[in-house]
Amino acid sequence: MIEVHKLIKRFGLKTVLRGIEFKVQPGEFVALLGPNGSGKTTFLHILATLSKPSIGEIRIAGFQLPSQASSVRQQLGVVTHQPLLYGDLTAEENLLFYGRMYAIPDIGNRIAEVLGMIGLFARRRDLVRTFSRGMQQRLAIGRAVLHNPDVMLFDEPYTGLDQDASTMLDDVLQTVASHGRTVVMTSHDLARAEDLATRFDILSRGVITASIHREELGQDNLLSFYRQALTE
Amino acid sequence: MHSKKNSPVRNFFRAVGAIIWKDLSTEFRSRELLSAVLIFALLVILIFNFALELDVKTRTSVTSGVLWVTFAFAGTIGLNRSMAVEKDRGCLEGLLLAPVDRSAIYFGKAISNLAFMLIIEAIILPVYSLLYNTNLFNLGLIGVILLGSVGYVAVGTLLASMAVQTRTRDVLLPILLFPVVIPIMIAAVKASNGFLQGIAITELMPYINLLLVYDVIFIAVAFMVFDYVVEE
Repeated sequence: MIEVHKLIKRFGLKTVLRGIEFKVQPGEFVALLGPNGSGKTTFLHILATLSKPSIGEIRIAGFQLPSQASSVRQQLGVVTHQPLLYGDLTAEENLLFYGRMYAIPDIGNRIAEVLGMIGLFARRRDLVRTFSRGMQQRLAIGRAVLHNPDVMLFDEPYTGLDQDASTMLDDVLQTVASHGRTVVMTSHDLARAEDLATRFDILSRGVITASIHREELGQDNLLSFYRQALTE
Repeated sequence: MHSKKNSPVRNFFRAVGAIIWKDLSTEFRSRELLSAVLIFALLVILIFNFALELDVKTRTSVTSGVLWVTFAFAGTIGLNRSMAVEKDRGCLEGLLLAPVDRSAIYFGKAISNLAFMLIIEAIILPVYSLLYNTNLFNLGLIGVILLGSVGYVAVGTLLASMAVQTRTRDVLLPILLFPVVIPIMIAAVKASNGFLQGIAITELMPYINLLLVYDVIFIAVAFMVFDYVVEE
């Protein structure tokens, strides 16, 4: 579903990504872990077509980046730590706007379905600026799955959420992933990543230094694997 | 996927329409942009009114200059605010993630900005007429205002998209914009003045043609480079 080969990203003289090799099978849930400044967000931005690679080959759902970026965007749902929502529109109006941008047919029914899934149907006519951070993040996920994408990218989705909101987001993320979607999520929260993901990749200083599937973790927990990967 | 059967052209116009609908809906709900720009514009006119203390004859000759200075200053605030709304909550990323040609985002924002600018101008003209005791209800003048506003907004929207990505966006936009729109301002002031003085349209055609040419050039350039401007 996602294939990345020898990806390099430079900002001026600074090289942020140094030859990333990354492959994700359909239906996999990959947690991309790493310390601050390791290049996780830059990598996700490139996959999300928001930034172009300096060198390297990327294919998502059979389409090449950056030449077929528009086709890739149709297959992608992206959630970041910012909700990408308009505070002066209601929840329903925000989804209606994005539905039009994605040319979704029968948008009214789809919006009702998505609002039900994220538990915000009762608040559909409220302005988004009156929502708590957790509710905004759930609506952001609703926005991202509105066009029923095959690939979901989550960039630190738990940032700024309290315990209750994080638990609620867990349920929504599990629902999203359970529909056979391919998911890549960056996170600092190892415990949450361990609960959700089926594979864990460690990104350090612009390269993926280690990768392990959930079943390969064995007796070791993710934290010890993570620490070992960073010291190698 | 939902929208594979839609043609790219239809999707383009649907996206343009969605952005205009979104901008007008949020603005008519919050009235943040219109009220701020309108108050600023009225203050500029009042300051000119008290500062210049002109006699009737001189007053007519400076009208077009005062009007266009007011439009330019007020327009800058409007353009900055319009793009800042997109940037502050990450909504610009949300727009860039949509599977439409990015020039659709430009045209949607530019048409919204033009609508706001025309609303402000429609309020300023009668107020100015009252304060300066000058009749501004002249079809030629209204045509020049329309042409001048199109060019100003066309290049202003592009430069605001660039400036909004910097920390000094409020200062940067006028620094970038005013030198570029000097030809539009000169042509608009000369043509407006000509219509107010009752000069024959044939004598004003060079200025009107200049406005038309700049409108076409600015729209074409913005169409071609917007994708690069919003690229990270």
